[in-house]
Amino acid sequence: MSYGATDTFVLTPEILLVLFGCALLFTSRRWALPMLFTGLAFTAGALWRQHLWLESNHAAELAAFGGALTADRFGLFFDTLFLATTALVAGISKPAVERDFPEFASLLLFAQCGMFLLAGGLDLITLFLGLELMALSFYILTGFTREDRRSNEAALKFLILGAFSSGLVAYGFSLLYALSGSTRLSDIASALALRDPHDPLLLLALATAGAGVLFKVGAVPFHMWVPDAYEGAPTPVSAYLAVASTAASIALLVRLFAGPFAVNRPVWEPLLALVAVATLTLGNLAAIAQTNVKRLLAYSSISHAGYLLLGLVAGNNTAFQGISVYLLTYVFMTVGAFAVVIAAGDNICELNGLARRSPWIAFSMLLFLLSLAGLPPTAGFLGKYYVLQALMETGHYSLAAIGTLYVVVALYYYFRVVRSMYLSEAAQSQPVLAGIGMRVVLGLSSALTLTIGIFPEPFLRFAALSVAP
Amino acid sequence: MREHLLSLTLFLPLAGLLVLLLMQGAQVRAIRVWALAVSLATFLVSLVVLSRFSSTATGFQLVERAPWIPTLGVQYAIGVDGISMLLVLLTTVICPIALLASWNVTTNVKAFHALFLLIETATLGVFLSLDGFLFYLFFDLVLIPMYFVIALWGGPRRLHAALKFFLYTLCGSVLMLLGLIGLYFAHIRQFGFPSFEITELMKLTLPLATQQWIFWALFAGFAIKIPMFPFHTWLPDAHVEAPTAGSVVLASLLLKLGTYGFLRFSLPLVPQASSDLTVVRILLTLSIIGILYGALVSLMQREWKRLIAYSSVSHMGFCTLGIFALNPIGLAGSVLQQVNHGISTGLLFLLAGMMYDRRGAREISAYGGLAASMPRFAFIFGVAVFSSAGLPLLNGFVGEFAVLQGAFEVSRTWAAFGVVGLVLAAAYLLWLYQRTMLGPITHEENRNLPDLTTRETFVLLPLVALAFGIGLYPKPLFDMVQKPVAELVERVHHK
Repeated sequence: MSYGATDTFVLTPEILLVLFGCALLFTSRRWALPMLFTGLAFTAGALWRQHLWLESNHAAELAAFGGALTADRFGLFFDTLFLATTALVAGISKPAVERDFPEFASLLLFAQCGMFLLAGGLDLITLFLGLELMALSFYILTGFTREDRRSNEAALKFLILGAFSSGLVAYGFSLLYALSGSTRLSDIASALALRDPHDPLLLLALATAGAGVLFKVGAVPFHMWVPDAYEGAPTPVSAYLAVASTAASIALLVRLFAGPFAVNRPVWEPLLALVAVATLTLGNLAAIAQTNVKRLLAYSSISHAGYLLLGLVAGNNTAFQGISVYLLTYVFMTVGAFAVVIAAGDNICELNGLARRSPWIAFSMLLFLLSLAGLPPTAGFLGKYYVLQALMETGHYSLAAIGTLYVVVALYYYFRVVRSMYLSEAAQSQPVLAGIGMRVVLGLSSALTLTIGIFPEPFLRFAALSVAP
Repeated sequence: MREHLLSLTLFLPLAGLLVLLLMQGAQVRAIRVWALAVSLATFLVSLVVLSRFSSTATGFQLVERAPWIPTLGVQYAIGVDGISMLLVLLTTVICPIALLASWNVTTNVKAFHALFLLIETATLGVFLSLDGFLFYLFFDLVLIPMYFVIALWGGPRRLHAALKFFLYTLCGSVLMLLGLIGLYFAHIRQFGFPSFEITELMKLTLPLATQQWIFWALFAGFAIKIPMFPFHTWLPDAHVEAPTAGSVVLASLLLKLGTYGFLRFSLPLVPQASSDLTVVRILLTLSIIGILYGALVSLMQREWKRLIAYSSVSHMGFCTLGIFALNPIGLAGSVLQQVNHGISTGLLFLLAGMMYDRRGAREISAYGGLAASMPRFAFIFGVAVFSSAGLPLLNGFVGEFAVLQGAFEVSRTWAAFGVVGLVLAAAYLLWLYQRTMLGPITHEENRNLPDLTTRETFVLLPLVALAFGIGLYPKPLFDMVQKPVAELVERVHHK
């Protein structure tokens, strides 16, 4: 196995991210943002070339490093989402981390490099490296505001629990290696298929690796870190955690559970269904009582993880398309909602009378919240719709009913925010400060939230590409 | 132009809304005039639709189709038959009236009118959709502007009422969505391609068990919307707290979305389940309980608007009674009753609103002997009361009579209960009239109340004219619904 041109071609996006990430450390504050966007643009170009290669060769994937890393449509789709998220988050993070912006931007790129490895990895080592690169960057990003004690506390909590979960993942991976003698997912899949599905060692591997990744998604009962980390972290980091980290972990879950663990579906399906329902329940019910919008969004992101897990439970073609659609819509509405929090304030009462102070910001927040709740004609409806459809298709009627009814609960707590924006008196009358980056991000996110909701066809096709054989 | 006539009707209010957003918030008068003009234009377009509409043709007319989300098999498909034509006309009549009635809204005028135009488009969308997905979209879209109308311009307990309305009806509509998805998969399984279109879904042959769960899922959405007993608890709060125009639109239009859903989806798409003996018995029993319970509770009410709200529960019971009689006369009566309820309850809410504007008191006991100080008001209120109570020669009679006739054909007992409901309706309405209009003036404040202004008269006159018109000559309406009703009966009984 020698290093060849294909390897470079497949690894180019990651190489670019690391190069720009290093370069950012030597960039002045003023040039950091242009530099970051240049890096993202180059990465986008590299991804585009991979896409063109797949198109022109009618290939499903281009494997490199003997199958350790691949450029397939699934990975490319997720990479695009990560790229979009990073760009949006970079647009809103200047005010929060003004002083050390170059370092912040550099960490964003390193985290993104980890996510790329996660989405494209077909080997336990690659996947673990990606997971850890992402997690380490996030620990630092969470504690990025050094003077803020909450930020420090959040980072420490996240680090300790995160390290524990990484340990679980590593243990699970080592067992998989022991069971199959290989770190390639395809080899593991064929080795596991030959074993008794109730083999205790296999079940242990499944449980530990599964639990470790579920921790990253924030699924119950591994959710404890989520509200604290979201609340304490600088708000752009919370948005990045909510979207990119969740999406990357879901990508890993899909790679594992639709790959080597697929043969064990009868064993883990009921368990995962239980976790999904518990996640939905806890996320939705705990969100009701929150007075801090960041915490509210944290619990709501737990409930969104529940819907994504329900998609995994359904597990057919519709479901995987659904997961892609869900994440695609989730990027814009969640980053948008966190952007409004940055502009207006964390506490729900700081949003009082926002409709009078800044009608357009309040209106875009209304769109994001409707979309998060999953009401038509916003984008969020389509993600939920796909998941429900997949559940009905695979005969999980009661899960579909549960998922549907939680929309009503979700609407209740999202509308507490709407209520304070539209129906409460403002403590002050001047409009909130929103810089140019903020306005662009808000405009783009709300426009897309509405456009995907009303004219979803091209976006659905784009998402469907990710699972096309 | 002809082939896009329905789209024009549907999106005219929305286009008007977009223009309205560009206007200055301070130009209150211009905003009011513009919104009114848009809704009047929509009314005129709907008249053109009516002129193109043929009562003798079967199936849907003026159909427009365009692919919308091919991946999901969703089409933009709209069209009318006799039933939806009547309800579209009801919508385009009620909306300008409600807008003219809200001339006295002074806070956030721009937002109020914008939301109102959105409600109009969404309501028309529900009545025009021939695609289940599109239907669901509009069905839910109505909720958002209505929430804000109640929550921003409503009475003292408006926040509670608005949220209750929103969550309660959303709960039903998401369950309805599951039913629609069930139909969608059945269609894929039988025909191999996805479709939500009603005419496509009508080709399905489903086992009874499947039909039954789909029926109950759809039922959740429609029964809450109507609302049928025991799902009515959101209604009194929402109707009482909403501003006048909000109450009018809620009662006259939004309640019909539920009954229309039964006629457009439940009956034709799951005909066996809809005519299943147990199902019919449950539905008829709930209708009768609704009629009697609504009437009895109305008798006990001390507040004007709350009384009208509960009377809606009773009157909508007649609509479902007529539907589940499952015979031509009952179904036709039900559609007419829907239109008539829209007119008479609209009138009652408008009048109650005008009274609140003058006196600010909600209790019936705060009024009395108003006929002396406000003769014109008293006259129109009399017409509204008699029309709602179902007095012959006025519109209410026609629909209720036909419904009872339909019920009688099924069972005399059901019809007898219905008649009791009618008597009770006459009792609570006439008692309301007596307590507020007749007798000596009991409160000094009421002595010098100004009678109806010209604007208010213009608000009320069209509905009064319709009440008399339909009461004296209901034949065109019966003609219009005859074909679709015959098709429905055909489907239900010869599945």
